[in-house]
Amino acid sequence: MRITQGTFSFLPDLTDEQIARQVDHALAQGWAVSLEYTDDPHPRNVYWEMWGMPMFDLRSATGVIEELRECRKAHPDCYIKLNAFDSTRGFESMRLSFMVHRPPVEARYKLRREEGPARLIRYTIERA
Amino acid sequence: MGESIDLQSLLAESGVAAVLDELDRELVGLAPVKTRIREIASLLVVDKARAALGVAGAKPSLHMCFTGNPGTGKTTVAMRMATILHRLGHVRKGHLVAVTRDDLVGQYIGHTAPKTKEVLKRAMGGVLFIDEAYYLYRPENERDYGQEAIEILMQVMENQREDLVVIFAGYKSRMDTFFQCNPGLGSRVAHHIDFPDYSVEELQAIAEGMVAGLGLRLSDPARTALGQYLDLRRLQPNFANARSLRNALDRARLRQARRLLEAGRVDADMLMTIEAADIRASRVFDAAATGRTEEAPC
Repeated sequence: MRITQGTFSFLPDLTDEQIARQVDHALAQGWAVSLEYTDDPHPRNVYWEMWGMPMFDLRSATGVIEELRECRKAHPDCYIKLNAFDSTRGFESMRLSFMVHRPPVEARYKLRREEGPARLIRYTIERA
Repeated sequence: MGESIDLQSLLAESGVAAVLDELDRELVGLAPVKTRIREIASLLVVDKARAALGVAGAKPSLHMCFTGNPGTGKTTVAMRMATILHRLGHVRKGHLVAVTRDDLVGQYIGHTAPKTKEVLKRAMGGVLFIDEAYYLYRPENERDYGQEAIEILMQVMENQREDLVVIFAGYKSRMDTFFQCNPGLGSRVAHHIDFPDYSVEELQAIAEGMVAGLGLRLSDPARTALGQYLDLRRLQPNFANARSLRNALDRARLRQARRLLEAGRVDADMLMTIEAADIRASRVFDAAATGRTEEAPC
């Protein structure tokens, strides 16, 4: 099952050159780029591990791509996403976030249906 | 013969010719430096032509070492270099990140590598200018973290040839020792450029430029006084070429301001002119009169 999260997730995976161009765009807007990874891509899991500190004051995407390669090498079986944070007053939040790596065998999730009192049905997504 | 390319038009297209001319116009003296920069620019233009004709070649390594006494224009030239490399497409952004030992070397174990890497990341796509690079290597302390920074630098200089140019700068003699102690680093730096000291005439020409930049001018006696000042100042310790000149002019401006206040009423011409008295009040002349030279003059 293909996990879809963040921008571009319904497109084929971006190549490194395409990622670099996205990063260049983010840097041109003055956003700080950071990398995060996790082995638990559940949509409710918002706490991914940080790969190093957010990268401030960059001018070129080369450094980010280099970090991404290192992160992939260290965590080939994890999901990696790239975030671009806008520190402008009023925004102060993520402006762009997309997956840049997925493991060879993707995580599988299934829908669980639970019968509650008074014929109430609860649904949860859980790892298969 | 196949298709041909006009190198001159390629040079003009890149806008580098303008930067090079500006370099010639605005920087006084420095003939060997200018020649070298022109050579590097030519090499990059020729490489571009080669690429256009489909003759693939590895990108040349352009890491450089600028040696010379303080105030000979190393940082200024490095900044121009970044622009030139950017216009010729050797680096992608063309900014200059100037650092010293403090920015690269950490204070405890495990601090240096991330610090150096962060600086390198910031410099990607531009020029990393390491001032007084020999401080990175401290042979007297074998546990000094500087060595670690040097190793990371070497690694990146080797891998990322296409997107980062590292320029080391410092005094000639100490730089030579530095490269002798780190042969790996020395062999990765292809261009060693020596910045000569300025002659008095060159310093005078620089002074004219500086004064004009401040919206001032030197009166004729002041010009003569400045020549004599430079003759004396050059023989004294801690002479830092254009930097000393700038400081001297700044102090002359202070004296001019005081003189004008005491004069009371002024006109535009007086406001713009630095007189001989403003320069002759310098302690350099006193020192010369009394034969005292050991103390750093102001």
